[in-house]
Amino acid sequence: MSVTERLVLAVEKPLKEAIWGCRMCGQCILHSTGLSCPMRCPKSLRNGPCGGVRANGNCEVDPDMRCVWVEAWEGSRRLPLWRDHIEQVQKPVDWQLEGTSSWINLLRGKDRMAPKGWEANDQP
Amino acid sequence: MTSPSRLAGLLREGRFVVTAELSSSNSADPEATWRRADVLRGSVDAINCTDNTGAHVHMSSLAAAHLLVEKGLEPIMQLTVRDRNRLALQADLLGAAALGVRNLVLMSGDDVTAGDHPEARRIYDIDSMQLLEVAAAMRDRGTYLSGRKLEQAPSFFIGAVENPFAPPLEFRPLRLQKKVRAGADFIQTQLVFDVPVFKRFMDMVGELDLQRKVFIIPSIGIPRSAGGARFMQQKVPGLHVPESLVNRLERTAPARQAEEGIQIAVELITAVREIPGIAGVHLIGIKWEEGVVQVAERAGLLPRPTLSPLAAIGIVPSPAGGGQGGGVR
Repeated sequence: MSVTERLVLAVEKPLKEAIWGCRMCGQCILHSTGLSCPMRCPKSLRNGPCGGVRANGNCEVDPDMRCVWVEAWEGSRRLPLWRDHIEQVQKPVDWQLEGTSSWINLLRGKDRMAPKGWEANDQP
Repeated sequence: MTSPSRLAGLLREGRFVVTAELSSSNSADPEATWRRADVLRGSVDAINCTDNTGAHVHMSSLAAAHLLVEKGLEPIMQLTVRDRNRLALQADLLGAAALGVRNLVLMSGDDVTAGDHPEARRIYDIDSMQLLEVAAAMRDRGTYLSGRKLEQAPSFFIGAVENPFAPPLEFRPLRLQKKVRAGADFIQTQLVFDVPVFKRFMDMVGELDLQRKVFIIPSIGIPRSAGGARFMQQKVPGLHVPESLVNRLERTAPARQAEEGIQIAVELITAVREIPGIAGVHLIGIKWEEGVVQVAERAGLLPRPTLSPLAAIGIVPSPAGGGQGGGVR
């Protein structure tokens, strides 16, 4: 890891952890998920809630935690931009990027790279 | 390549289909699977083989589905992303195709903490939406997710699930739309016990015009006892069982509760059939295939139709019946 990358991480990691409970997947899609980090979901679901969400809107796995997708849906309704991004099909996670800086990956276009066989129409 | 999906043929002909869930097996003897499946023969169009249902270990859905193919029954293989990464999922999909499995239902799966190995590591390498896309890519483009070519593409009829009763309720139809975009041909819903809530869901589905793009099959549960209904209400993740329904069973004498459960299922089928855009029903009697047959009989769903000769070899006429059903896929 380069010095630049380490410096960026020193800012990005604590900041995003404090605000969004970021898990450093290195391929941030917060703007598509109403600013609710989908990696906090115990099933790491990036395309919507599972079928196990409790009637009170809490998580199937952790009954004391609000479902991140209930928060994502509500958050997306409040966003002035990107409201419809929650309707896009998100590509599989590239686990090689875990722990790296999504800001740098964004600038380098690394976070947009999908497997060759992935051709989902991600426009709503 | 062997025959295409019979289930797909029936749906595309505009028939109201009946599917059912097979009790999962804990036996190394295939006879145990065949015995239960044989009860359903002639009463349903296709049979779901579950994948470690409720996160409890059972015989693999791939093996169970193949056992059904061997006996001339049509399986629907369920596959969750909970227990396998993207390599294992694609390997099993291709293997299933080679073993004669045509119908899939792809889902996230109940969490390991709901099952008998709560200490297990959960996988969720890809999610259910992405698995739909992967299966569709194998079928339509003949490639793995990596882009590498298959020698022969599988012919899958791809199913997904949706829970109309779990929050966020307004997002559920949009999530269904995503699943259609990702490649779902048909949907089996979570168990419907609350018809008004399901109706509101279907209204929203209608506003998105989804019932013309995907076959929607609600699941109907057959409660066998008041205790069973209460258990589903309180312990099973994502299930919504109205208190009035549990009370109705509790007011019934224990010896008559199974009979009352069948009556409840028949009433639910009658109610959901009136909702526009419903393509069939999926019957679930937990460890109770005999109950499924009785419900199908009493709800007037028997005999099951045979497929027209053209459809049987994969040539699909324009959808019959006009109005509802008639998906594009």
